Amino acid sequence: METLIGLLVAAPLLGAAVLLIGGRRLDRSGHLLGTLLALVSFAFAVVLFADMLGKSADHRTLTSTLFTWVPVESFQAQVGFQLDQLSMTFVLLITGVGSLIHIYSIGYMEHDENRRKFFGFLNLFLAAMLLLVLADNYFLLYAGWEGVGLASYLLIGFWQHKPSAATAAKKAFLVNRVGDIGLSVAIMLMFTTFGSFTFADVLPAAAKAGSAQHATITGIGFMLLLAACGKSAQVPLQSWLGDAMEGPTPVSALIHAATMVTAGVYLITRSGAIFNAAPDAQVAVVTVGAVTLLFGAIVGCAKDDIKKALAGSTMSQIGYMIMAAGLGPIGYVFAIMHLVTHGFFKAGLFLGAGSVMHGMNDEVDMRRYGGLRKFMPITFVTFGLGYLAIIGFPGLSGFFSKDKIIEAAFAKGGTEGWILGGCAMLGAAITAFYMTRVMLMTFFGEKRWVPDAEGHEPHPHESPSVMTIPMIILAFGSVFAGGLFSLNSRFVHWLEPVTGYSEGDSPVSTGAVTAGTLVLLVVGVGIAWLMYGRRPVPAVAPRGSLLTRAARRDLLQDDFNHVVLVRGGEHLTRSLVYLDHSLVDGVVNGTAASVGGLSGRLRKLQNGYVRSYAVSMLGGTAVVVAATLLMRAV
Amino acid sequence: MADSSFPILTVTAALPAAGAIVTAAVPAARKAAARYTALAFSLGTLVLSLITLFRFDPQGARYQFTETHTWVKSFGLHYDLGVDGIGAVMVALTALLIPFVMLAGWHDADPLEDVTGPNRRWRPTQGFFALILAVEAMVVLSFEATDVFLFYIFFEAMLIPMYFLIGGFGDRAHAGGEEEASRQRSYAAVKFLLYNLAGGLIMLAAVIGLYAATAKQLGTGTFALQDILNARASGKLDLATSTERWLFLGFFFAFAVKAPLWPLHTWLPNAMGESTAPVAVLITAVVDKVGTFAMLRFCLQLFPEASKWATPVIMVLAVISVLYGALLAVGQRDIKRLIAYASVSHFGFIILGIFAMTSQGQSGATLYMVNHGISTAALMLVAGFLISRRGSRLIADFGGVQKVAPVLAGTFLIGGLATLSLPGLAPFVSEFLVLVGAFSRYPALGIIATLGIVLAALYVLVLYQRTMTGPVKAGVAGMSDLKARELVVVTPLIALLLFLGVYPKPVADIVNPSVQHTLSDVHKTDPKPALEAKK
Amino acid sequence: MNPANYLYLAALLFTIGAAGVLIRRNAIVVFMCVELMLNACNLAFVTFSRMHGNLDGQVIAFFTMVVAAAEVVVGLAIIVSIFRSRHSASVDDANLMKL
Repeated sequence: METLIGLLVAAPLLGAAVLLIGGRRLDRSGHLLGTLLALVSFAFAVVLFADMLGKSADHRTLTSTLFTWVPVESFQAQVGFQLDQLSMTFVLLITGVGSLIHIYSIGYMEHDENRRKFFGFLNLFLAAMLLLVLADNYFLLYAGWEGVGLASYLLIGFWQHKPSAATAAKKAFLVNRVGDIGLSVAIMLMFTTFGSFTFADVLPAAAKAGSAQHATITGIGFMLLLAACGKSAQVPLQSWLGDAMEGPTPVSALIHAATMVTAGVYLITRSGAIFNAAPDAQVAVVTVGAVTLLFGAIVGCAKDDIKKALAGSTMSQIGYMIMAAGLGPIGYVFAIMHLVTHGFFKAGLFLGAGSVMHGMNDEVDMRRYGGLRKFMPITFVTFGLGYLAIIGFPGLSGFFSKDKIIEAAFAKGGTEGWILGGCAMLGAAITAFYMTRVMLMTFFGEKRWVPDAEGHEPHPHESPSVMTIPMIILAFGSVFAGGLFSLNSRFVHWLEPVTGYSEGDSPVSTGAVTAGTLVLLVVGVGIAWLMYGRRPVPAVAPRGSLLTRAARRDLLQDDFNHVVLVRGGEHLTRSLVYLDHSLVDGVVNGTAASVGGLSGRLRKLQNGYVRSYAVSMLGGTAVVVAATLLMRAV
Repeated sequence: MADSSFPILTVTAALPAAGAIVTAAVPAARKAAARYTALAFSLGTLVLSLITLFRFDPQGARYQFTETHTWVKSFGLHYDLGVDGIGAVMVALTALLIPFVMLAGWHDADPLEDVTGPNRRWRPTQGFFALILAVEAMVVLSFEATDVFLFYIFFEAMLIPMYFLIGGFGDRAHAGGEEEASRQRSYAAVKFLLYNLAGGLIMLAAVIGLYAATAKQLGTGTFALQDILNARASGKLDLATSTERWLFLGFFFAFAVKAPLWPLHTWLPNAMGESTAPVAVLITAVVDKVGTFAMLRFCLQLFPEASKWATPVIMVLAVISVLYGALLAVGQRDIKRLIAYASVSHFGFIILGIFAMTSQGQSGATLYMVNHGISTAALMLVAGFLISRRGSRLIADFGGVQKVAPVLAGTFLIGGLATLSLPGLAPFVSEFLVLVGAFSRYPALGIIATLGIVLAALYVLVLYQRTMTGPVKAGVAGMSDLKARELVVVTPLIALLLFLGVYPKPVADIVNPSVQHTLSDVHKTDPKPALEAKK
Repeated sequence: MNPANYLYLAALLFTIGAAGVLIRRNAIVVFMCVELMLNACNLAFVTFSRMHGNLDGQVIAFFTMVVAAAEVVVGLAIIVSIFRSRHSASVDDANLMKL
């Protein structure tokens, strides 16, 4: 079984290598190979899952060490895997949703001349993501962490001929690199504090550490949070996610909704022992989560681009997960549960959006949709189920997971609990509003279609079955996953060995919270219906209130980045280039010039007259003789 | 272990030296013969250096394959050769890169038209390859020399062929026309020479000072590294604190110029910008490594106390180099100057690792030298192919290359990703080790240096975005993709980057024991973790 | 006779020779003044040899004569060739060795 873990990662890696090195002769079959290897990986995952279920809860962890990666004295980094329940959950999600999106992409990318490359990058992503969740130490996790960043960079910028895509890709990588500083500093802190960076060494040690190490552990916690902020698009490092929608839609579904962006949640949950020992860091985590869940929701309300509206929603939903993860053991399990259900419904929503775009000549502006439910019924139904799941309609997946997070937030107790719970409930209301808005603008109302740039009238049509089948499967997940997990608190018990939280029941009186949430849900949906359902949607966006305009510009965060970081950086580099030339080089060249000037003056002595040379010789001799005599005399 | 009967180190150096002479003697018309001769000699050297590397026993004596001959007895001059793990690896790196440099510069030195008449003896191709081999011989000897004066000779002598390579064979893609190009070229060559000569002269003074000190205290002066170390260890040679510091500064200055360390770096962008891409690789990936290597071998071993005394200042300068070089790289408009400033940043990392005085820092620095050599070679040589196709070095003249030449763009991206230290590619391992090493002694400096990884991503991705992505620019439209010869250059380098990124253990195992020796020379041990958690 | 007087004479001759080298422009005269200086040195050497009672000074005087003879050969040849090309034996006319 242990070798299977390695093969799990190796299969998509092999696919990436073959597809990217193979060149044009694989153009016709490459996508099939890529999909096959993703499915192979999924099959391995299922086998491992079945094997794991056959064991008792305490003996489910599998480890496998392949080889030593970096051996330098006490710094011993192994390429080693650890498959426990948390990793298993992720592995199933990644390979499962990943395989579906591979299948979907066969249809979506059919006419793209670089389809082979696209599947190569997708396989590379799967391999890196699996490495991330299977690593048994932080250093190897870091490799996967940057690997998914690379895959994300390549896929966002897949249509490189579009300058906007290239810029978005670069931005995503750079913002992620800022977060990566956090992860590298965290690893360095672990190494200097504990002498190791494997989970097995660090986590128990952090749990046992005395007050002397308290500051260090808090520091590690903050650094891990920084890393999570970068990868999971949390405030203040969230600005890249909206732009990342420049990538092909399957990429947005897989990487920027279902899997990669949730890596931050994985990191915090995995490092639970560290955060449990660092309450200050936990406060920071919940603050980041609460701020982002509102931030993303507000941004999602104002966007007219369907993918950007969904991106705002992703940010907000991950905000929920991060907040839950910041609540400690009680929250970890619900964070992961929401992560999985979110993986289903958000991937489904993105694939639905992709299906809509596919039928509408790649139009993304929802103000130019309208009335599409009759033309693409399967897309409408699957998208609609995803919609009901995300707003938390009772009985669907999102309801179970989100509700638990809100309850856990209230259970924190005190003012903090009220604030967090309030934010989470408000977020739920806004979620209901913006998702209803997306739904109404896209599928209901009258047609507002316009011809594309080349004058082609859109002829909306249902997508081929290779695209609709994955959507249907994901819709099933969106509907049933939550209920299935919550039955007998199954998910809570499954993750108990990792999270340390065993209470299956809700921490607070559930009735009030659920009822309150449902009321807010109805209010959100109602307002959206009043604004977008009852009256026609203007084809050109109205100017809107100050908040709307700010939200359209991502609450001015990009403007801030532009003015402070981009402009400031440009001035800094420009002045440094100038200084390097005039000051650093100038000092040296100045020295050279002054030596040159001096020698220019001295060479006038060299006048070519033999007799003047003779005088200087005589003078020199006289000086030497005089000096010798003087020295003798003294 | 060393087979004492066969002087493999001497032969490793003598082979390219002989190759230089043979290549130079090839008749003017036989350009191809000259190329293949030079390539054959460089490959032979590679084989010898690999034999040395594989037969090196990491658990054995510190210096292996040693050769000792008295050269000038009355001055204590010895012809002493020997390699420790670091030296063996560096010799192998040098021998490895030279064939690629040659292949990449296959036609760089050919005269633009076949010259007949009075100038028919003019043969730049022969000269170009002979000079490269001459540089190789001298660099190899400076990695092998264990006599301070012997090292000094080759350290300085390599400036001569380098001067001619920079000044005589410039980049043909120049915005200002032929006349401006030749003016800039000779400026760059002279600047290179003057900077390094100034460093070398100060070092010469320190070398003589060291000799005087040994002559005074031991009775007979000596330049042999081992003799000096033994004398210091036994207390027979006791340098006064101030003497040791002055001597250290003399040595360090020369190495810092060559490395180059901020603020002594300004010769590098000129030299790399004006020379052809293969020569630029020769400068940054091979010749400059002698500087950082010598810090490890001579500064730390000969002057341990002074090294520790100077460490805080050097660490700060190294961090400044890291950030300063990266920021300037962001601001460049010329591809080759951008890569040059990136190298300044990377040399900052190497020096940071050396003076962190931990196992991780110094092993990391040594690996960094190897990895930086390979990654810069990959990036710079592909950049050279790109530049020669377009006839311009300005970033603004490119755009959309990946549309017309996807393989070229892909290899350029991999070279770039290696430069920004992506995990999975070799430089990541070394950069992280250096950062860990620096962090465990100087946490603040370690964190500041970590900012370099963001800046590295910035300059690499901006370069890639502006040249490779977007709509296809007019001058780029007809660009051809990589040819077979160019693929032969790039593919092995990329394969090595991947291999050493995933499995650096073989190299690390050779390097680690040598680093332990160096650390014990400076009487330093790794800091212990506050809370040992290892099982 | 007091040997010191020979030394005074040697000093006098040397001074006359040096002044001649510095003041005169004609290459032949300058040349003769150089010879005068050399011979002044010879005189001093021989005198010292006599004063100290060993032969070192005399030996060196012979060396000087040989050098002087060689110098005359080369020097005159140069002067003659300069005179041929420039029709002048003035040392100030030959001032091309400058930047």
